[in-house]
Amino acid sequence: MTEKVLMKGNEALAECAMRAGCRFFFGYPITPQTELAAYMSKCMPKIGGTYLQAESEIAAINMVYGAAAAGARVMTSSSSPGISLKSEGVSYMAGADLPGVIINVQRGGPGLGSIQPSQSDYWQATRALGHGDYHMIVFAPSTVQEMADCAYNAFDVADKYLTPVMILADGMLGQMMEPVVLPEPKTELPEKPWAINGTKCQRKHNIANSLYLDPELLEQKNIERFERYEIIKANEQKAEEFMVEDADIVLVAFGASARIARSAVVSARARGIKAGLIRPITLWPFPVDVVDAAANHCKQFLSVEMNMGQMVEDVRLVSAGRVPVSFYGRAGGMIPTPAEVLAKIVELNEQVGE
Amino acid sequence: MRELQTVLAGFGGQGILFAGKVIASAGLVEDRELSWLPSYGPEMRGGTASCSVTLSDDPIGSPLVMNPNALVVMNQPSYDKFIDTVAPGGVVVVDSTLVLSMKERDDVTTVALPATEIAEKEGLKGLANIVLVGKLWALTQFCERQNLDAAIDHVVPAKKQAMVALNKQALEIGIQA
Repeated sequence: MTEKVLMKGNEALAECAMRAGCRFFFGYPITPQTELAAYMSKCMPKIGGTYLQAESEIAAINMVYGAAAAGARVMTSSSSPGISLKSEGVSYMAGADLPGVIINVQRGGPGLGSIQPSQSDYWQATRALGHGDYHMIVFAPSTVQEMADCAYNAFDVADKYLTPVMILADGMLGQMMEPVVLPEPKTELPEKPWAINGTKCQRKHNIANSLYLDPELLEQKNIERFERYEIIKANEQKAEEFMVEDADIVLVAFGASARIARSAVVSARARGIKAGLIRPITLWPFPVDVVDAAANHCKQFLSVEMNMGQMVEDVRLVSAGRVPVSFYGRAGGMIPTPAEVLAKIVELNEQVGE
Repeated sequence: MRELQTVLAGFGGQGILFAGKVIASAGLVEDRELSWLPSYGPEMRGGTASCSVTLSDDPIGSPLVMNPNALVVMNQPSYDKFIDTVAPGGVVVVDSTLVLSMKERDDVTTVALPATEIAEKEGLKGLANIVLVGKLWALTQFCERQNLDAAIDHVVPAKKQAMVALNKQALEIGIQA
């Protein structure tokens, strides 16, 4: 049961979504997520599921809306420009309180950008994927095993809080292979009494809707949703800490860049520099509690990202002026090297020592 | 060599990614930390393919190998692109059927063998990649010998079982070459 297999991150996402009970996948091809859709197209029919290549990303996300409304476990995947196209549909899902899983295997941007790995959709994922007052839960795996685990758990979280959930990966994590232990297929899925699946003349009609012409009613809906967000913030923050306890310089990095930051921390420790790493696993809710605790004892934060500096703003919000926050990043599909990050740590350590 | 950080590179169709999977699978069989990362996109579509493979006893940071301690190259553009990135003390395994011009680097060990020619002569056309993996193993012993065969068992798809024996033969030829 615990046999390790070698899999690409994209394939692990697809396999574990199916093991989590996902039976509907609607997508449209785009590099570097294509293996995910290809895997789904091969395997979904074998388990009685539906794989459908839609005519566009916009069509795909609206099919997700429909399947979610009917109570199915449903997923779509794309890469950065395709996610932008899906944004309207995700906003509608949030407005109708529908659960579903959206995968973004990020590539460099803006625009068509590049097809190489990037983390430049952090703001989009955590702030404003679509219009309107809403959030969605965002997971940021950093290994193929974690890709598997996130896909396996994302559906439960989406169903629990009635919200779209995003897994924010990138081209590196999607394309790379690592050993992975696959979880057992889920057999018991939650009841969905709200689903639109036929009343059989036994109950009132269920409605999936995001249109409220009465502003008082819409305000009330928003307030209720934000009360739910407070519960999510209290319960769902996730982060991994590495050598943070006695660290002077605490790096904050997620996903692929966290792997590089971790190597840099190990090298820094070997030189006697007290460095550590906080790796957010949820980007929304941001792991405020862990970063807040570190801000009480460290001397410096360093946010390491594959973009021009996005998550660094969340670190600054938590630090709230207590500890200086620096940034190191590469953009456009470039991947930072551990040596570059180490050089930045050494530079900061000299400043901190003064 | 316990900590293998290798880049394999050549033309698309030479089995570069497959050769990398064989090495990665040897790590899987031995329950070690490993990563395999292919080049994807325009590079691949332009004809050259490469992959980074790391075998380690510690968690792996970046799966992208920038300074390999082992380089396997199967064409001239790949040789030219990667030769200067090899870490001092590293090994370079070259398919000399296809790489005709090599530069002097006395801080690395270069082993050239005409793998494509050898494979064709032995009736193993298309398995020059595995001949080179055999040679790399002979130079670095990156895993236990029997686990190299186990890796072949792992990687060859069920539909192509006839290829298992041929791949193992190619490995042995590379090791002895």
